[in-house]
Amino acid sequence: MTEKIVDVKKLEEIANRTRINVVKMIARSGIGHLGGSVSIAEILAVLYFYEMTLDPKNPEWEDRDRFVLSKGHGCPALYATFAEVGFIPKDMLMTLHEIDSPLQMHPERGLCPGIEMSTGALGQGLSTAVGMALGARIKGRNFRVYALVGCGECNEGQIWEAAMFASKNKLDNLVAIIDYNKLALSGRTQEVMPLEPLYDKWVAFGWHVIEANGHSVTQLINAFDEARTVKEKPTFIIAHTVKGRNISYIEDTWPSHSVQMTAQQVESTLEELGCSKDEIKTALSQMKEYK
Amino acid sequence: MSQKSAPRDVLGRTLTDLAEKDPNIVVLDADFWPASKIAQYKDRFPDRFIEVGIAEQNMMGIAAGLSTVGFTCFASTLCVFCSRRACDQVTTSIALPRLNVKILGLYAGLFVGKNGASHQALEDIAIMRSIANMTVVQPADALETEQVVRFAAEYDGPMYVRVGRDPRPQLVPDNYKFRLGKACTIRDGKDVTLIACGDVVENALTAAASLAKKKIDARVINMSSIKPIDEEAIVKAAQETGKIVTIDNHNILGGLGSAVCEVVAEKMPVKVKRIGVKDIFGKSGTNEQMEKHFGLRAQDIEEEVLAFLKN
Repeated sequence: MTEKIVDVKKLEEIANRTRINVVKMIARSGIGHLGGSVSIAEILAVLYFYEMTLDPKNPEWEDRDRFVLSKGHGCPALYATFAEVGFIPKDMLMTLHEIDSPLQMHPERGLCPGIEMSTGALGQGLSTAVGMALGARIKGRNFRVYALVGCGECNEGQIWEAAMFASKNKLDNLVAIIDYNKLALSGRTQEVMPLEPLYDKWVAFGWHVIEANGHSVTQLINAFDEARTVKEKPTFIIAHTVKGRNISYIEDTWPSHSVQMTAQQVESTLEELGCSKDEIKTALSQMKEYK
Repeated sequence: MSQKSAPRDVLGRTLTDLAEKDPNIVVLDADFWPASKIAQYKDRFPDRFIEVGIAEQNMMGIAAGLSTVGFTCFASTLCVFCSRRACDQVTTSIALPRLNVKILGLYAGLFVGKNGASHQALEDIAIMRSIANMTVVQPADALETEQVVRFAAEYDGPMYVRVGRDPRPQLVPDNYKFRLGKACTIRDGKDVTLIACGDVVENALTAAASLAKKKIDARVINMSSIKPIDEEAIVKAAQETGKIVTIDNHNILGGLGSAVCEVVAEKMPVKVKRIGVKDIFGKSGTNEQMEKHFGLRAQDIEEEVLAFLKN
């Protein structure tokens, strides 16, 4: 089983390492979904090292908790988290987006250990998580199911179909989290397609709703703890986040959605994230090697 | 030909029987169970009957999620909504991860009880067979439908089963056993081969019987396994009868006829005549009106075959 980490500092360190790895992976690939990967670093750290019960040696252990990255494009952060958990070797991370790599640009179940569902076509992952939660209920099993949706993704009607079904069926073993960074691919969600009043909408759909700062490990821990006490309702955690978090040159901008980093941007970003000179040098040489 | 029954009529009984033996069978429905004729299953296994409401996209996703927990899922709604409405969910959530979900499409092709164009699935075979990992089957009668559903419960992977709405006589032999990728030659012949699936196999057989009176010996193949298709049976038909006529209760673009042509063109080029809906939308009307309007009656098939053999 994974050891439950309650030390906030340690969880923050894991989130920071995820960011660093995401930058290195995307730098090497030459392109990637940077903004929406680094915005979920803390959410993934808390899920995989505090909240979920997993067996790092057996990613398919049948009583494991399940996580579906419904906003599939954020998977560089998920892959980096998997390397931290031990589902995949760390050196695999540098194969991101390669044609024969398990680490495709959108996650594929069966290719990479730990991926519970193929996602990438937005709006679909939550329904599959609902199916898993319902499956646990029918089989009388105790595992919990988590789904992470994007804010632009909530424009998709299927999200709301899944929301209705989950509350009708009182799936209290299901927690959906929104990476509410308020930016879609082409602009502010408030302009592209407003989601507000988001809290009220999910309450109206019959969910227990919790708001949290999605970069505060403590607030996320509290939110997941609260979700465990909720009976006969699924829980929706509105995690307020910043797209491109801690990558100063793209933070809170929509072009951070998919980026091609220059060597200089990689260097300054890794510096900001606290990498050593040697580490930066290695990242830059890997970047060059691949191109 | 024995007493007529509708392919859909066997669904409730067959699924119930399967679920009695297998606790991992679940059935999902999108507000269509009275028409899907699965009330018997619903009443017997309420905990394994999942009503999603009119939300077919969500249904496909939920089925995908359930299958990852070890269930064999039968997701059931009209063919049009399985394919046109939920195409991306079927593709990304089911076919890409190759999950154990069987999609039962009801109301195949033109025969939809006067519901008209919005409910007539004339694209579903084309859509489903172009999705990688997907298998596509349309049984010809009630007996074959039962066989296919039983096969689907055993088969590990995604499958699309196109189920006819209305009664047809039994066309496959009593001892028939469905095999994926294997056609059933219902009538042997040496002058021309008629290849069809689903309801219109009956029309092809009737046409063949009439042609026989005109000394034309037509082979009739029930190609219920559309993907994978029985290449061997097609090549053999091309070699032995020289000409092939396909009958599609579907748009002639992308349907069974197209699938047959793909094999013929690559493996044994002979002339093929495709009968089917000629790239137009359907209409409201009785099955008889549909068959007449779209040229799928036995007499229409016969005329097409005669004209084709003259050329």
